[in-house]
Amino acid sequence: MAKVEKRRALNEETLRDFLREMLLIRRFEEKVEERFRAGELPGFLHVAIGQEAVAVGVCQAMEDGDTFASTHRAHGHTLARGTSPNALMAELYGKIEGCSHGYGGSMHLYDVERGNYGANAVIGGGLPAVTGAGLAYKLRDEPRVALAFFGDGTTNIGTFHESLNLAQLWKTKTVFVCENNHWAESTPGWQHSPVWDDMSKRALAFDMRSIKVDGQDVEAVYEAAHEALEFARSGEGPVFLDVETYRMHGHYIGDPQVYRSKEDRQRAADHDPITRLRDRLGLADEEFDSFDAQAHEIVDAALEFAQNGTDPQPEDALKNVYA
Amino acid sequence: MPEITYREAVRDALAGAMRKDEDVFIMGEDIAEMGGSMGVTQGLLDEFGPERVRNTPISEMAIVGAGIGAAMAGMRPVVEIMYEDFLTLSLEQIVNQAAKHRYMSGGQIKVPLTIRTQGGAGWSPGAQHAQQLEAWLVHIPGLKVAYPSTAEDVRGLLWTSIYDDNPVIFFEHRLLYPVKGDVPDELEPIPLGKARTIREGTDVTVIAIGPLVHRSIEAAERAAEEGISVEVIDPRTLQPLDEAALVESVKKTNRVVVAHEAVTRMGFGAEVAAVLQYQAFDYLDAPIERVGARFAPLAFAPVMEQFVVPDADDVLAAIRRTVGK
Repeated sequence: MAKVEKRRALNEETLRDFLREMLLIRRFEEKVEERFRAGELPGFLHVAIGQEAVAVGVCQAMEDGDTFASTHRAHGHTLARGTSPNALMAELYGKIEGCSHGYGGSMHLYDVERGNYGANAVIGGGLPAVTGAGLAYKLRDEPRVALAFFGDGTTNIGTFHESLNLAQLWKTKTVFVCENNHWAESTPGWQHSPVWDDMSKRALAFDMRSIKVDGQDVEAVYEAAHEALEFARSGEGPVFLDVETYRMHGHYIGDPQVYRSKEDRQRAADHDPITRLRDRLGLADEEFDSFDAQAHEIVDAALEFAQNGTDPQPEDALKNVYA
Repeated sequence: MPEITYREAVRDALAGAMRKDEDVFIMGEDIAEMGGSMGVTQGLLDEFGPERVRNTPISEMAIVGAGIGAAMAGMRPVVEIMYEDFLTLSLEQIVNQAAKHRYMSGGQIKVPLTIRTQGGAGWSPGAQHAQQLEAWLVHIPGLKVAYPSTAEDVRGLLWTSIYDDNPVIFFEHRLLYPVKGDVPDELEPIPLGKARTIREGTDVTVIAIGPLVHRSIEAAERAAEEGISVEVIDPRTLQPLDEAALVESVKKTNRVVVAHEAVTRMGFGAEVAAVLQYQAFDYLDAPIERVGARFAPLAFAPVMEQFVVPDADDVLAAIRRTVGK
């Protein structure tokens, strides 16, 4: 695999910004768990606690104009791409001020202005669309890339195979980001895929370039994502980003995880990407605590904003069916 | 007025839109060199090249889904699903994605995608190559559904579908491709949601779609010989549906037959009957008659296929029942 350009070194100030962003996502999702358990939030909610470095590393590597499709586990991607915590929290509360104006909810977060073309509640549902968007960018000769986040469970569904095949065949400007957290809901990787511990083999089947990266290392994710995005942007073809990560919590909020051993949960906790980045930066408690306090403040403000948001009128349900 | 085939009319609309607009392109299985399984896209590769006339792998989910993505990115793709039976393979993308992106995003997204497909009995293709599934798609909010029956309508409606900002499922019928019809010199767009009265009459209204329009015209001519005056209306688009035109006709004739090639049960005719009994209840002088396929998959043997699928005789029999003959 040829490198398209030298690694972009990140300075410590940038990494501190990444840490702040990851902390914001963590605290945001913890608050979501709390408010869900308090009975305040309707719907199905899935947090990506443990996977923050993937969201931040990939989204920070994206350029203005790049677009993406996400999954049912989309809070982190959405925040990391710049949607305001207020708009996101308001969406989870079903308010007009929400990023999907109350029509979507946690599993259907959109923010077109920031390139978010939708979190998808159907596994693999967004993969054909990023292939088509990547084709459109190529046909129009636009320096843009369409990117999809998805999990290891997605690698078993038809849209995954059809999309990777088509993308590679047509050399679309697309990046496929596989967040391999080794769980498809409650089913462990070894029970759902013969290549669960090396998803790059899936890309190999389509002759697609792949990059393997440690998803708990935000610096590495950023560099790999940057490389993948620039390769796709150049029109040379799509890239499969094989990201190894850990889901520290259950499939959904409230999931008792009866299927998961204590050891496995501990292993995930031992790979906390926030701890890792903090250690990498050698942050003193004081600095870390001040970052954390800022994250809490932003989340508290978002909660207040959302709780005081505007409910849609019931008959608004009949709007936006057609353009 | 020139006379062209239904097939040429589809091609004319595609070529016209592609000439006018770089954002229009087509993709599907075998549509390039081969010109599609029905020859509809013949010649388009030569004129527009392989970037805009794209052969795809046999991947119905990706064909539709890539169309969705290109549409969301601002283009106006037209994708072809070779046989409408294969729509079943792409339904996830049509039903969960194309139909719902605008809604789920609270109005942020447009999906100006046209999905052309064709089907129908008549060639003994058997149970997996001849179904009529239009009713499935009408049931999904967010989709528009067109099913034109003449050269003029297919040309004008396809143009409008391409330029509509919503996903449109565009049904064509295999037996109609060689049927000729007059068309205007210049392509005239036809709005979605506007029915066409094909034949005026006073005793019975036949509301028919697709090939049943032609079979109903034949039935109406034979009914006229028996002194029954039959009006034939083609809704042309099933969603949106021109309810007002149908209701108005029924208020005049007081009797209704709805006719399509799809299976009668839960077919589009069931919805039309429900609309009419509610909006024109006091005007109805007879039960609404439904004509459609019998409740069986399509058999291979021609005699069995013909038995299952409705023809002009079936429409005529239904007309006679409504007037008590």
